[in-house]
Amino acid sequence: MAKPKPRVRVPKKAKKGDIVTIKTLISHKMETGQRKNKKTGEKIPRHIINKFAANFNGKQVFASDWHPAIAANPYMAFSFKAEESGEFEFTWTDDKNETFSKKAKMTVA
Amino acid sequence: MSKQTDRLNVDRREALQFVGGGVVAALLAGTLATEAKADMKLVNKAINRLVGDGAMKEGRIKLDLPDIAENGRTVPVGVTVESPMTDGDHVKSLHLFAEKNPAADVASIHFSPAMGEAKAALRMRLGGTQNVIAVAEMSDGSLYTSKQQVKVTIGGCGG
Repeated sequence: MAKPKPRVRVPKKAKKGDIVTIKTLISHKMETGQRKNKKTGEKIPRHIINKFAANFNGKQVFASDWHPAIAANPYMAFSFKAEESGEFEFTWTDDKNETFSKKAKMTVA
Repeated sequence: MSKQTDRLNVDRREALQFVGGGVVAALLAGTLATEAKADMKLVNKAINRLVGDGAMKEGRIKLDLPDIAENGRTVPVGVTVESPMTDGDHVKSLHLFAEKNPAADVASIHFSPAMGEAKAALRMRLGGTQNVIAVAEMSDGSLYTSKQQVKVTIGGCGG
């Protein structure tokens, strides 16, 4: 599988007190463990991203645990209240304990 | 039920087929009712594992789901929980379950007061027409639940 590529959409600027929407996406097959290899009949082992977390200035503000019922190329969007400028760090963790991350800055005025 | 029920002009042959279909549908409804109970068992088990067996109230959760999903492989779901989202009174987590998927769990979403509102969206897989169930855990320990049915025309699991 190609290396998962995270993509995020964070507003560059926000007004203090406003609630903004943070959108994230990562390319991943999210193999459920239910599928079988059509030729051999063997089960294809489960391989999904099971955890997503968003930190802002080092503090966790949002997280989600995922099960095989999450669609391929998982999308996650959530609200965030702009109070101060800072940096988001998004982290995805898969079944093999591999992590993928992405950072994005937001200026609050 | 078959398409024939929608028709207004039925000739004798179709009328007979319809009656026959009705009997089959009645039998099916019986088995489906017992199946639905078994499905809820899986969901209830998952709920007990995650939040315990405390009393759940209806309401406060708004599920934004399509009534009909053309493709079960990717079904958008939005969740909003009514809450002031202050340090003392906020939504801690929201758990999503699907009644008829091979496993009941879909996702657990963990909120924080820094979000300003308890709102999130993701895309899930649905292996067929079924209920999607949400359970929210508040900071005071109270539990809320909500469910919505989604009709799926193409399944999302396996294949």
